Amino acid sequence: MAFITANWNPLGEAFYRKTELYEMCWNLRDGLRDSLVAAAPYGGPIALLREPLRRSPSSRPQLEIYSASGVGIASFPLVVDSSCRRSKQEVVQTQVLEAKVFHSPYGTGVAIVTGSSRFTLATNIDDLKLRRLPEVPGLQGKPSCWVVLTQDRQTKVLLSNGLDLYIVDNTSCTAVVPPGLSPQAGSVVHMSVSFSYKYLALFTDSGHLWTGTSNLFTCLSVCLPVCLCIYQPLYLSLCLTRCRRPKSQQPSVVLMWDRLLLVAGVCNDTIQFPLEDPCVLIGELDGVRIISSTNQELLQEVPLVCQDIFKIASMAPGALLLEAHREYEKLSQKADEYLREIKEQSMLGEAVKQCVEAAGHEYDTNTQKSLMRAASFGKCFLTDFSPDQFVSTCRELRVLNSVRESSVGLPLTHAQFKQMTVQVLIDRLVYRQFYPLAIEICRYLKIPDYQGVSRVLKHWASCKVQQKDLSDEAIARAVCVKVGDSPGVSYSDIAARAYECGRTELAIKLLDFEARSGEQVPLLLKMKRSQLALSKAVESGDTDLVYTVVSYLKNEMNRGDFFMTLRNQPVALSLYRQFCKLQEQETLKDLYNQDDDHQELANYYVTASYKEKRLESRLSLLQSAVDEYNKAKNEFAAKATEDEMRLLRFQRKLDDEKGAGLLGLSLQVGTGVVLVLKSLAEKEEWEELEKFSKSKKSPIGYLAFVEVCMKCNNKYEAKKYVSKVTPEQKVKAHLAVSDLEGAADAAIERRNEAEMGAVLSRCSASDRLVIDRLNRARAGAAKK
Amino acid sequence: MAAHLSYGRVNLNILREAARKELREFLDKCAGSKAIVWDEYLTGPFGLIAQYSLLKEHEVEKMFTLKSGRLPSADVKNIIFFVRPRLELMDIIAENVFSEDKHHSSRDFHILFVPRRSMLCEQRLKEQGVLGSFINIDEYILDLIPYDGDLLSMEYESAFRECYLENDQTSLYHTAKGLMTLQALYGTIPQIYGKGDCARHVANMMLRMKREFAGTQNQILPVFDTLLLLDRNVDLLTPLATQLTYEGLIDEIYGINNGYVKLPPEKFAQKKQGEASKDLPTEPKKLQLNSAEELYAEIRDKNFNAVGAALSKKAKIISAAFEERHNAKTVGEIKQFVSQLPHMQAARTPCFPTLLKNEIQSLSNNSRQYPVSPVSASEAFFDNLTVEQEFMTGVDTDKVNTYIEDCIAQKDPLIKILRLVCMQSVCNNGLKQKVLDYYKREILQTYGYEHILTLNNLEKGGLLKPQTSSRNNYPTIRKTLKLWMEDANEQNPNDISYVYSGYAPLSIRLTQVLARPGWRSIEEVLKMLPGPHFEERQQLPSGLHKKRQQGENRTTLVFFLGGVTYAEIAALRFLSQMEDSGMEYIIATTKLVNGTTWIKSLMDRPESQTP
Repeated sequence: MAFITANWNPLGEAFYRKTELYEMCWNLRDGLRDSLVAAAPYGGPIALLREPLRRSPSSRPQLEIYSASGVGIASFPLVVDSSCRRSKQEVVQTQVLEAKVFHSPYGTGVAIVTGSSRFTLATNIDDLKLRRLPEVPGLQGKPSCWVVLTQDRQTKVLLSNGLDLYIVDNTSCTAVVPPGLSPQAGSVVHMSVSFSYKYLALFTDSGHLWTGTSNLFTCLSVCLPVCLCIYQPLYLSLCLTRCRRPKSQQPSVVLMWDRLLLVAGVCNDTIQFPLEDPCVLIGELDGVRIISSTNQELLQEVPLVCQDIFKIASMAPGALLLEAHREYEKLSQKADEYLREIKEQSMLGEAVKQCVEAAGHEYDTNTQKSLMRAASFGKCFLTDFSPDQFVSTCRELRVLNSVRESSVGLPLTHAQFKQMTVQVLIDRLVYRQFYPLAIEICRYLKIPDYQGVSRVLKHWASCKVQQKDLSDEAIARAVCVKVGDSPGVSYSDIAARAYECGRTELAIKLLDFEARSGEQVPLLLKMKRSQLALSKAVESGDTDLVYTVVSYLKNEMNRGDFFMTLRNQPVALSLYRQFCKLQEQETLKDLYNQDDDHQELANYYVTASYKEKRLESRLSLLQSAVDEYNKAKNEFAAKATEDEMRLLRFQRKLDDEKGAGLLGLSLQVGTGVVLVLKSLAEKEEWEELEKFSKSKKSPIGYLAFVEVCMKCNNKYEAKKYVSKVTPEQKVKAHLAVSDLEGAADAAIERRNEAEMGAVLSRCSASDRLVIDRLNRARAGAAKK
Repeated sequence: MAAHLSYGRVNLNILREAARKELREFLDKCAGSKAIVWDEYLTGPFGLIAQYSLLKEHEVEKMFTLKSGRLPSADVKNIIFFVRPRLELMDIIAENVFSEDKHHSSRDFHILFVPRRSMLCEQRLKEQGVLGSFINIDEYILDLIPYDGDLLSMEYESAFRECYLENDQTSLYHTAKGLMTLQALYGTIPQIYGKGDCARHVANMMLRMKREFAGTQNQILPVFDTLLLLDRNVDLLTPLATQLTYEGLIDEIYGINNGYVKLPPEKFAQKKQGEASKDLPTEPKKLQLNSAEELYAEIRDKNFNAVGAALSKKAKIISAAFEERHNAKTVGEIKQFVSQLPHMQAARTPCFPTLLKNEIQSLSNNSRQYPVSPVSASEAFFDNLTVEQEFMTGVDTDKVNTYIEDCIAQKDPLIKILRLVCMQSVCNNGLKQKVLDYYKREILQTYGYEHILTLNNLEKGGLLKPQTSSRNNYPTIRKTLKLWMEDANEQNPNDISYVYSGYAPLSIRLTQVLARPGWRSIEEVLKMLPGPHFEERQQLPSGLHKKRQQGENRTTLVFFLGGVTYAEIAALRFLSQMEDSGMEYIIATTKLVNGTTWIKSLMDRPESQTP
């Protein structure tokens, strides 16, 4: 513990430390010499291309990917993807001289410089849109050095050509002079931009190091760090510390020569580390990773809070608390003294906070533990202290320690972890297929299932379905057992993945587990399982979905098959009928025909008849309706329709004969005839009326004739029709012409009490005879 | 604004607010000034969610009705179509968009589908070549609309027709979705009961949807204890009968639409002579009917025979209170009086309760002297009522009814005839073929052959049917469920039968029996009614089981699939208020109906092309 500051190196006011992250697991015969190495930030994996220079041009280079701890992850021959080449003529024709990857607000970008000395860049490699930048005056071949800068959502290239510096953006190429860098300093041979794209470092051939803001407005320092060293450094990296320094953030620059690593601060101070092995530097958010063939170290500025606690003879509250706890463990009363001292300054809360924060920054688990224990100890003496930070740091440290394990190899610092979020960490673990660990972490950090466990399971399952050595059955079972009904895991997504891998049968098996039938439908359609899609759509109850499948089937199948399919799905069939009612009347007829639904077919003809203007077509449609009603054994409707046809013909005839325009007036049966009658009666054409009554059997009976005559007060004419009315209407007819006796006769004949009553109610005192007869008849009826 | 929604046992304002929030969010998505093009059908339901002021706050400057041809010109940045997902509407929209392009070009188009997006419609827009013209295509999930403090309606007019005539269960899918939304806001409903095929279907979908969302555990303490799903075709009789509650009668006479009644202007004519004539309103007046008006809330569920008495009692109280101003001596007393003023004024102004007073009065006067001789509207009303009551009590339901015959002869409105004939059929468990054919023939001959389609629909829906060999089971149902109460007390009711002056709605009896003693006691009758009856339980997450306080009422949501009448609602409110019922009811339905609107929705009228 006492040696914690042993590897601290002062630089101005700050300290820098090199922490060993890993002893590399890989076994590289020739070290890193002659290899091309690149690594992803945030403790990402390392890509290695061995001996690219010695290789014969015909052999395919092998790209190896290792975890940060040197565990092999993948290895594959490097194949040039020609697809992006094709997208731009010039790129195809000329050679790519150099490429750089950068981060833009749109994603990960890539910039290249071509043989014709032109820059082309794409700001997002997932959505490749190449943009060619304007020509740089006087540039031959590739520039001596260049970087990509992203500022305010704009991407620019800064390049050095001889003594000149240029900034190239979308529209123009501008020469720039960094403030404070005298022309005597020579030409820029190395440049580097900080992780945040905020700072820039330039190194000239005369050994001057310029540090400033990346917009080239402000110069922070110009120094000659190693005046004797005229060799160009192999690597230049800006190392920007992230700790909250009272003064503005101060960048420092890491330079690497063949055998020397040098940290240069803005204050002309430097730290030198000798190097024994060729190394590669990877810029991180809060430091630089140094990868050699044997080990990996993190070079970073010691966070301020750690300085406060561990600096020799520090009186910071955190330092005192740590000391107090140490004494307490030794059962020494000094613990009390230290504690008292902190408490007197009322700094105990601050002390706890410092310890917790410092623990987060420490890599060594023992140091973490002692700091956390000290914090926990201090916490006991506080009454009103929120434990949140303590608890979350504890949790996060456990997670960090587990992913830092050499077998996983994600050497994340706490600051990096916070920046990249736990979501991304889980994604990374998932991509590396550390499923159990990812699930463990999700559960431990109590991440809601949707964002946590379910996401991992989804990935796992999508990966599982690609396992060629397992049978469909086995995979489906395995997936079902693990995924169960975890919320947010969509079996249809997994099935879609299986389908993409060409495993249709597996996809169908997996779809069976999908609870949301609606979700199954699109994939089933895609897999051409339309029948199944239809039944799933029906099952979901979502009628719109059913319609969708139906309209899909309609286009896919021949008519016969389509109808047959619908026939097996009554729900879909009735929905399709609804659709046809509105959109395709003709199809509707075919559907009814197919189902031998004569009743509906007849109704269809009736509806259709009303759309016809010509009487003949109308009649023929009605005739079809009659036929269908007969087939449907709906005698009533058939007869009613026949009556309607008779009426129509009748009206037409009348119309032709009389020119009364009756057909145009109304086509309602009852009123239609009544109208005829009325008009005849009103014109007092009694003979015509009589002819009309004899011409054909009246479709509405003859009571109407009686009534219409009575309306015109022609009892004589009215009586002519009384005898013609149906037995049920006899009484009414007689009453209408005030023939009480006739009415009574009819009622008695029919032995209808209600009718007798009706006649009685019309009788006055003078109709004694009739009343007596009726009463007798009623009494007789009652006896029976 | 919508305070009346939050007074009830369940705060339905939460639902309304959720709906308003979603509307605002959508409107804000379309930045800048807007014009809304309305599918006319939607304006009514939307009125229950948001007034024009809300739209105006979000820069809606113009409103048009969706119709084919060119859009009216409006200097706005956005044109938003609010439409139901129907293909024919898509064609109109496409036409609008096409004709628009030639004249303006800078206006943005958006579509808001209510209540749900439809792939079919989007496909149609694509075929028409306009899908790309829309910046936003969204859905506004408006299934259950809060109608009053205890009432939700989907305002889905064609639900019954679609379900029972066309076998189209779209409305049921929306119902299930709506119930899921409701459960998301008010907690999982632990018990589901149901009767009827549609009820079964809805319950199945709900359970399925719950499974589909397994894992997103709803952590809300359940507000509803029970859900009862009832098919309208379990009780076809009730909506056919003339409603005799105050609100039901307003609906029967004037028609209540989306919570509003349109009253003819004469009703507002000043009774004073002289000056009266000049400011006579000419437009029908629209009044909103809900519990926000206290006096209305008090009398709306009363039997019309009790309304007069209630009103005059109320009037006396108010004038007495008004007179108190003379007695008020201390400042405190005067203050208290003044605080009551607005309330009294509201009761004094000629608002709707007093408006119908005359009609009601004359109706109820006549009812006491019945039968009366002079021909009048009220006589027809009571003749009609007498026949209805005869049918409901099972008198001569197997013969041709002379009153119906007379009505046909007089060519009374067809719907009235259909209501009566259907009622007779329902109360006789079908009509003898001869009787049925007679009615049908009479109707076709008098009202026109084209009604053959309507008659066919009624038969398909089971409202009209020939008697099959099985015996008439209506009397059994009537007796077991006590559907007819001889001594219904209209003034101080002690049973739900007061809402139809003697007839207790079958649907409400089922609800009542379910609460106590349970459906097991009426298994026989349930078997006679169409469709299955069932019970389902939904698991609650542990910790959400209610600890019921002593004497705390249970809450049941009764969902009428295919429509509910105001009288039925009144009956349920009556049950809620009964002290010993131990149950409070919230009512939900696809649509508020009465016999007339219901039958109308089942009619088919082919448009005749005159030759």
